[in-house]
Amino acid sequence: MTTDATPPSTPPSPSPGIPPSPPPGTPPASPRAPKGGPRALALQRRRHSAARFWKQYRTHRAGLLGLAALAFFALAALTAPLTVGSDVAGVTSAPGRPLESPSGEFPLGTDQFGRDLLGLVVWGSRVSLLVGLLAAVLSVAIGALVGITAGHFRGAYATVMMRITDWFLVMPALVLAVALATVMSRSLGTIVLAIGVTSWPTTARLVRAQTLAVEARPYIERAKALGGGHWHIMSRHVLPNVMPLVLAQTTLMISSSVLAEATLAFLGLGDPTVVSWGGLLQDAREAGAVSSGDWWYLVPPGIAIALVALAFTLCGRAVESVLNPRLGVAR
Amino acid sequence: MYRPAAPTGQLNGPAPAGASVRAARARTRTAYLRHVAGKLGGAAVSLLAVLVTSFFLFRLIPGDPVKYMTGGRQVSAEQLAAYRREFGLDLPLWQQFTDYCGKALTGDLGTSYQFRAPVIDKITEALPNTLLLTGTAFVLYTALGIVLGTRSAWRRGRLGDRLNTGLALALYSVPSFWLGLLLIIVFSVGMGPIPGLFPTGGMESGGEEGFAYVVDVAHHLVLPVITLVAVEYGQTLLVTRSALLDEMGSDYLTTARAKGLRDDLVRRRHAVPNAMLPTMTLIFVNLGRTVAGVILVETVFSWPGLGGLFYQALSVPDLPLVQGLFFVFASAVIVMNTLADLIYPLLDPRVGR
Repeated sequence: MTTDATPPSTPPSPSPGIPPSPPPGTPPASPRAPKGGPRALALQRRRHSAARFWKQYRTHRAGLLGLAALAFFALAALTAPLTVGSDVAGVTSAPGRPLESPSGEFPLGTDQFGRDLLGLVVWGSRVSLLVGLLAAVLSVAIGALVGITAGHFRGAYATVMMRITDWFLVMPALVLAVALATVMSRSLGTIVLAIGVTSWPTTARLVRAQTLAVEARPYIERAKALGGGHWHIMSRHVLPNVMPLVLAQTTLMISSSVLAEATLAFLGLGDPTVVSWGGLLQDAREAGAVSSGDWWYLVPPGIAIALVALAFTLCGRAVESVLNPRLGVAR
Repeated sequence: MYRPAAPTGQLNGPAPAGASVRAARARTRTAYLRHVAGKLGGAAVSLLAVLVTSFFLFRLIPGDPVKYMTGGRQVSAEQLAAYRREFGLDLPLWQQFTDYCGKALTGDLGTSYQFRAPVIDKITEALPNTLLLTGTAFVLYTALGIVLGTRSAWRRGRLGDRLNTGLALALYSVPSFWLGLLLIIVFSVGMGPIPGLFPTGGMESGGEEGFAYVVDVAHHLVLPVITLVAVEYGQTLLVTRSALLDEMGSDYLTTARAKGLRDDLVRRRHAVPNAMLPTMTLIFVNLGRTVAGVILVETVFSWPGLGGLFYQALSVPDLPLVQGLFFVFASAVIVMNTLADLIYPLLDPRVGR
């Protein structure tokens, strides 16, 4: 346990899968709760549930592995300006000869312009991770907004929203994203938007189901009786309860966004001025790396994509199974 | 033989309750017909929405579509006007839209800019090739996913399960186009001791006939199908696994075991049929992902199907063709999902009654 705020008298949590942040207004579990008003109490409870969450997350070996891999990639991406620098992407002053095989000087070889591939893969992680992250945040934000409002406001609004969601759900997301990316200008913003607005429906459905479950609880009725409005209920009661689900969903969504970014870049719809893993693969294909058997050009960017996607998937599944032990994810 | 999920009407026996069974059947039939009508109506609305989207989405494009047709050549103003007339781009937008809808209903999706041929002809030309590739891959990855997923769930937490899910997750995270390119390098171009075993792309070598042609196509089919199956089976595996795990705590399985049934009978006759229902739904919902996979795999292997055509159309961009293919891809998924919705109540008596 990392927190020191746990009084020794607190009984062990009865069930491992209690969703964090129980409704405000429940009497404090321990007589020795710190004084200082409801805010401090809520804060303490949050800390408790975070600690409980981490304690259970630690038991998922795959999740820890994913977390470690993510830390590694994040570190590589953040320190890239120091380790490789932005001039690694310049074609005019490339250090090597075109398409050199891996050697001591260039551990992963060089591309068709003579640029160092190791440097490019490290530099490309910045764009791939950034786009994946932003697209996932956008997608989950749309999904959560649609899900919460559709679960809160019943009636015609919910029906229309869920129809739209269902329609997006059966649409082949990539085809829609490709279509959007085709009609807009080539930039990173376009890619983020194209991925974000096509991948939200799953989140919307999950969040709506959770919202309906939360709103059926009596404390929502109590909040209404005390005069809580729509905004109050959605932001103070529903949102904290769907937040864990939203976090798990974001983690899983980043994985598919990274893949989608690579796919769009590979189809030639990415921003040609920046280096990304998908873009590197497209470069490799255009440079004829496939027909000449230059496997060392193709392997590193693909492995990087797969590892990042896998790491986020592992983390997302671990988070999911902590929150919902019934899912029965293998440990 | 004991049947776990027998419809109640058959258990009652025919003689004493004949009339009420008939009435019950008539009631369920009406309910089913209502279900069918609802689903078909929903599908029609979705298809209409796709049609509208496919038209307006590609009108958002900045710039003049005629520019793409001429490919940057210097063209006189008269010629541009002629192009516009030829493709109906000189009409007001609403009139273009009504024309488009009217024609789409008769199967006319416009004329491709780059091929100067009707879009529908290009699509019907490529469709059988895509169906061959997708159909083969779909059958294989569904079967593989269900079999491995069942094994995995039944031996949950054991080494086999961990390896199975681990491999599935890893392959699920791999970009399909990258896997395809690697397979080409290793098995087509040849690497080290491995000679080029398979063709690098295309669907036929040409000049073959009869049985030799079938073998030739099958030979070309191997690598694309392996790629698609590898990236897609993981999803089916995970879905099957979690559906079966949901069933595994159920009382009827304990009962079946208590009766002394062999372990594999409990699995095959009792657990799996019930786990199959949610699995089937999710398999059809996930078809959209398969469409994406098909586009990439066909592009990488130069397979002469709809996906390859889509890539060619994108690089121009050949708007009528992109638009037509968008419509075809989206409708394919909608139609398959509707079919699944229609079949579902026949498999599970609890749904739609």
